[in-house]
Amino acid sequence: MSSPSPSTQPDILQNDVILAAESITKVFPGTTALDGVYFNVYRGKVNVLVGENGAGKSTLMKILAGVELPTSGRLLMDGHEVTFRNTREASKAGVGIIYQELNLFPNLNIAENIFAGREITRIDVVDHGAQEKLARKILDRLEQPLSPRMLVSDLRMGQQQIVEIAKALSQNVRVLIMDEPTSALTAAETEALFQIIADLKAHGVAIVYISHKLEELLRIGDHITVLRDGKFAAEAPAADVDITWIIEKMVGRTVRTPSRAHGAVKHSGKELLRVQDLTLPREGKGFTLRRVSFSLYEGEILAIYGLMGAGRTELFECLMGLHTEATGEITLAGKVLRHAPIFDRIASGITLVPEDRQRLGLVQQLSVAQNIALASLRHYLRSFWISDREEHDAVTRMIKELAIKVRSPQQPITSLSGGNQQKVVVAKSLLTRPKVLLLDEPTRGIDVGAKAEIFQIINRLANEGLGILFVSSELPEVLAIPDRILVLSRGRVTGAFGHSEATEELLVRASSAHRQTDLLGVEETGIRDHLTPEMHN
Amino acid sequence: MTTALSPSAESASVSRLTIGVFLFRLRAFIALLILMGIFTLLTRAFFTTENLIILVGQTAINAIMAVGMTFVILTGGIDLSVGSTVGLAAMVSGLLIDRGLELPMFGIVVYFNVPAIIVLVLCLGILVGAFNGLLVTRFNVAPFIATLGTLYVARGLAQLSNGGATFPNLVGNPGLGNTGFPILGAGTILGIPIVIWIMILFTALGWFVAGKTPFGRQVYAVGGNERAAELSGIYVQRIKMVVYMICGMCAAMTGLVTASQLVAAHPATGESYELNAIAAVVLGGTSLAGGRGTIWGTLIGALVIGVLTNGLVLLGVQEFWKKVITGLVIILAVVLDQLQARLQQRLALKRG
Repeated sequence: MSSPSPSTQPDILQNDVILAAESITKVFPGTTALDGVYFNVYRGKVNVLVGENGAGKSTLMKILAGVELPTSGRLLMDGHEVTFRNTREASKAGVGIIYQELNLFPNLNIAENIFAGREITRIDVVDHGAQEKLARKILDRLEQPLSPRMLVSDLRMGQQQIVEIAKALSQNVRVLIMDEPTSALTAAETEALFQIIADLKAHGVAIVYISHKLEELLRIGDHITVLRDGKFAAEAPAADVDITWIIEKMVGRTVRTPSRAHGAVKHSGKELLRVQDLTLPREGKGFTLRRVSFSLYEGEILAIYGLMGAGRTELFECLMGLHTEATGEITLAGKVLRHAPIFDRIASGITLVPEDRQRLGLVQQLSVAQNIALASLRHYLRSFWISDREEHDAVTRMIKELAIKVRSPQQPITSLSGGNQQKVVVAKSLLTRPKVLLLDEPTRGIDVGAKAEIFQIINRLANEGLGILFVSSELPEVLAIPDRILVLSRGRVTGAFGHSEATEELLVRASSAHRQTDLLGVEETGIRDHLTPEMHN
Repeated sequence: MTTALSPSAESASVSRLTIGVFLFRLRAFIALLILMGIFTLLTRAFFTTENLIILVGQTAINAIMAVGMTFVILTGGIDLSVGSTVGLAAMVSGLLIDRGLELPMFGIVVYFNVPAIIVLVLCLGILVGAFNGLLVTRFNVAPFIATLGTLYVARGLAQLSNGGATFPNLVGNPGLGNTGFPILGAGTILGIPIVIWIMILFTALGWFVAGKTPFGRQVYAVGGNERAAELSGIYVQRIKMVVYMICGMCAAMTGLVTASQLVAAHPATGESYELNAIAAVVLGGTSLAGGRGTIWGTLIGALVIGVLTNGLVLLGVQEFWKKVITGLVIILAVVLDQLQARLQQRLALKRG
């Protein structure tokens, strides 16, 4: 564990730094996302930005790209102060950005995408010929055998990413920001991307590279900047540091989420859910999930930790029966769920609180009460219609139990805060009388107070005997709440820890490992033995 | 959010907004009252018992279809085939009365009595709806296209059923025991035409199903957010299938009533009726995007169109102008719908 001496105030070598952020502060209502952050982007280098979720990486990135204006602090480009009021101004100055969620029009072809919004025209008519010729030139430079006329919807993820890069290059980009560019790529596509990055570097383009995959960062990064809780934590040349250093700088925190009283739980040892060799093939080739096996017991809270793209959400989707192509066996309370539709799964006692409340959790046109009752309408039937009184009783009981703040149950769901909306989704799930509750990032986008409340609810439910499986990418949550932690990486289980033995470092390492053997030296066949829970004390 | 009003002024503005939203919600009803007021003032012939019964009878034809259409639109779909289904239903009822059902393999012709014919034709409507539903759910065809196709198919079948000719004089034959068909269109109960009773029955049933049953709630959920509905254990495809079947049945009912009123079945019956039905639904405040709307609203919408048509006829307004005015009213309704959405948003923001 070498410990290089990162300076708290990076020395600025003017001629090497193409873009510098100085003492940037960004305040949002209620939170300070960035607090006096320094960030140097070196010419022709890969400048890595790393930090936990909520550390302020994306805010900083948005400020560099002109999406957000800083509250205070300044940006220097080639030593001169600049202000980017919007992305157009930033791209004029040569700063381009590629978001994690690509911004392409799938219904248009490559050339049309590259020049979208900046079409080359001749007497006000789009000059497709000129666009395609230029697109061809850029693709050649990227050594991509793609025709500019190919539809973007026909391209694989990696190829779409290349179109985004081509789009940036067509604007003479000098600083290219890439947000988690490899999260959706296969290993081969990642290699190809690294080739292109090396080529861009050789042409003097500065890359700002954001990723959670620590090994990847060390491999292609030249300079590493770590953010923690909105503050500048450290900067160092990649050659001088290792994974341990990065993790140390990332998590060196003092704040902790209040922990569960682990001794208090009486764990009956009754198995509620058993997953065996769950495998989900990926479109194209490879696997989204590969031979995932684990068990969940009555009254147990099991966390699933992993990075973006590790297969966490897909695991839950398989449990709910959304992927018919998945293989393996799922046993719920002794009953094998084979090709059972969602309704049957909910009826037999498993229910999901999805990560994306707006898209998957709520029906925006319905009231709070109607949303809460939506999944359990059959419980309020009087012959064949809904008994208003029984529905109302159930809804008000949930509103009281979960302390949902509403003026009236008939209020539109859209008028609630994020935390209260999340509680509505939880309430909807609880009314289906589940045995196993799946929570996908239950605290995403809600404030600190609501987070604590959600965890109190989770603890209480576990004490009542529910089995709780929750996915989170927030380390403090994962360490504080569950009885056991399962780490997924690239669709495989790469680690399993009891509450007492887990540390931030172990989890982060496991989450970027390729397979469990890399980490623990355990043969793959031994995984299942390792996954039986130790009795907590 | 950014207002710097004093607390009392703030709450006053909130309550003014609340009243505004409330009046907006009732706008179709208010429009109906205003229209009726105007026509009563302009022509003495409007507000008479006889005319009102005629008006509601005319409205009933559209309202029955529109109830079914409301279910489809609530799921975010559309059914363009209802007009043709009306025609097909009319022609099949004519065929069954006039020619009976030929069974060549047994060498016999079966004649049904009128109640059986009604049931058979309603089943035919359900079948047409099931065909639409199948295209939409199984084959993933966009509802607009699927039902546009069915529009042509059903109209073609209606024309084929009698070589493009009308089935005239559908009074039945006492010897065959199938008389009484005209009663459906011309009969009265308690002095009110049976057509109106049917409208009341369909509207009440529609209201009950949409508002009180799990199926109804699920229709709203599917139209509001299909994926959230699916994750809540709702069989989304099944719900969609059933709404098209309901819509087909309502259209078949309209076909029966129309044929009975005319005592004849013409293959062009119901042409462009789908547009009237959609207009009634939209006027009634149902969102074409799905998830929002009521059956009562649709009834009011149908009445607005009915009053407008009837009143303009009484005033002697030219047919062409009638169309212009009806169109403008529909456009106005949708514009007001957008305004309501904005008003509600402002209210939600103020209440925080």
